[in-house]
Amino acid sequence: MQSGLVMPLDRANVDTDFIIPKQFLKSIKRSGFGVNLFDEHRYLDKGEPGRDNSGRPLNTNFVMNQPRYKGASVLLARENFGCGSSREHAPWALDDYGFRIIIAPSYADIFFNNCFKNGILPIVIDRKSVDEMFVEVESQEGYALTVDLEKQIIIRPSGTTIAFNVDSFRKYCLLNGLDDIGLTLKDAGDITAFEKRWKEASPWYFGV
Amino acid sequence: MTGKTLYDKLWDSHLVKQRDDGTALIYIDRQLIHEVTSPQAFDGLRLAGRRPWRAESNFATPDHNIPTTKAERSQGLEGIRDPISRIQVTTLDDNCREFGIFELDMNDIRQGIVHVVGPEQGATLPGMTIVCGDSHTSTHGALGALAHGIGTSEVEHVMATQCLLQTKMKNMLIRVDGRLNPGVTAKDIVLAIIGDIGTAGGTGYTIEFGGEAIRSLSVEGRMTVCNMAIEAGARAGLIAVDQTTLDYIKGRPFAPKGDMWECAAAAWRGLISDADAHFDRVVVMDAADIIPQVTWGTSPEMVAPITGEVPDPEKETDPSRRDNMRQALKYMGLTPGTRITDIKLDCIFIGSCTNSRIEDLRAAAAVVKGRKIAANIEMALVVPGSGLVKKQAEAEGLDKIFIDAGLEWREPGCSMCLAMNADQLGAGKHCASTSNRNFEGRQGFGGRTHLVSPAMAAAAAVHGHFVDVRDILLNLNR
Repeated sequence: MQSGLVMPLDRANVDTDFIIPKQFLKSIKRSGFGVNLFDEHRYLDKGEPGRDNSGRPLNTNFVMNQPRYKGASVLLARENFGCGSSREHAPWALDDYGFRIIIAPSYADIFFNNCFKNGILPIVIDRKSVDEMFVEVESQEGYALTVDLEKQIIIRPSGTTIAFNVDSFRKYCLLNGLDDIGLTLKDAGDITAFEKRWKEASPWYFGV
Repeated sequence: MTGKTLYDKLWDSHLVKQRDDGTALIYIDRQLIHEVTSPQAFDGLRLAGRRPWRAESNFATPDHNIPTTKAERSQGLEGIRDPISRIQVTTLDDNCREFGIFELDMNDIRQGIVHVVGPEQGATLPGMTIVCGDSHTSTHGALGALAHGIGTSEVEHVMATQCLLQTKMKNMLIRVDGRLNPGVTAKDIVLAIIGDIGTAGGTGYTIEFGGEAIRSLSVEGRMTVCNMAIEAGARAGLIAVDQTTLDYIKGRPFAPKGDMWECAAAAWRGLISDADAHFDRVVVMDAADIIPQVTWGTSPEMVAPITGEVPDPEKETDPSRRDNMRQALKYMGLTPGTRITDIKLDCIFIGSCTNSRIEDLRAAAAVVKGRKIAANIEMALVVPGSGLVKKQAEAEGLDKIFIDAGLEWREPGCSMCLAMNADQLGAGKHCASTSNRNFEGRQGFGGRTHLVSPAMAAAAAVHGHFVDVRDILLNLNR
């Protein structure tokens, strides 16, 4: 069960370039991307990797810079969130900033998948409910949601709940924090057996 | 029993294990690697004390950060001015050496954009499963391979286990019937498709492209179409194997030879969807209806024919789409009702994994030959997709045609498609680009991208604004 302040991002087709611009992809690390999350919208100037961001001019019109959303851990978003590039730096940046849960009517496939690999829960709910939440979060300062992954429900401040679906394997991994590679390697015997058969049937993939 | 789609066949042949929860382990034949999305994966292997499951199945080349001027490239790694970029490139070299992975480094003539180099080397073969930490991996589906873009955690997973954890996608067929009109290209087909089904239209699907217009394309053109499947939301695009596919592959360095070739080619001929296969969604288009396309907004679905105009958001009934259109027009500095041919340009970019192959360069060169770029064009780059494409183009004299016309002839790399290197579009500048994404800031902070075919970009270079390349070709042929 997790509760968190909600930040709305009222824009469809938010792409991963929007989430974390390309210049920050030059890093060879997994951490430290949070200060550049939504960089081109959060700041008024162009950001560069390794630069101190504390003195940069803020875009006060961008939702993230409104004091009421400081500390938000739930991101409320629109259709096709995370489209475009496969960069896992996008969920790394969201996670590093503090977002643990995303709620949207739909996501791009690669981004959706990358979220689970990083302990972020991307929840899909119907557009009508998302529309309602956008209205609620605008009108109620401090609007927070509670997400019960075990029961697969979102609990609104009013106490009403919204059910959501989550793939059972991904849910299991999120709840138990499991290492995908370790799990797959438990099937190493099956992989080796498959590989042997496949090499006999299609040796041309194993040559040169 | 109904037949199988090509996707069904590729999936079934690579299924290692189906789990009860709907997920499956899929065996991966080839992983392509570049410098941007791999360092954290190699680090993960090191931390866990793991080695690659099958090192020789991996194939690496740096592309995103690579400088493209001759002056920089002649200095090798030292020519990468940005120290952070240089570290990323040398990190790939170091990792490949440490883990025993084949790499075409930046000084190798065969280096280039990974999605151009893979097929060119025959490292992409029909019937393979291919992954790369890059969304444009869908490109390789043009050769009848199941190719997915993946995230860095999955790059590590595939290196360590040779498998990808997947749930099966649904099947979509996009059939483009009939013949294309002269001057209309693969790029126009795929932009028209995205304009029709939208950037989320293919989400959850693998898209197979079929029909006479697709069959008539060269492998290069097919790669352009599959490359942008991801821009329609589909992780993988596919085109069935035919003689064109086999002719393209035969004799390439990593392709099978001799008797092995005969056996492989016989097996690959079966990589087509059965006549009675079931598709969950079918979209049919008529090639004759497609005219050259230009994007006007900040999403590839915001596209219009060259004969059209910038649409009016106020006429859009869906509020979310209306907001998106308003934001896009504000960013692009365009007003509704502006004719596409009235959009003035500052820059031209011919390159990227979408359109940097020899056929693309030939198409662009044919348009600019004997002409000069317009006075208002500040920068016009031609960036071949690989060292071998560059060599071929130079052998045909295309470099000279571009240079004489006032365009810059560069060294291979991703360049201004995503502007991770020094090639960047200035704020507020309009660019006719043969790349794949017109997102805000994609080609440079504040830059305004219009996606077009190579011939359309070349025509725009000559005129300084968009023109219908069909008119130019008519004059050329007269």
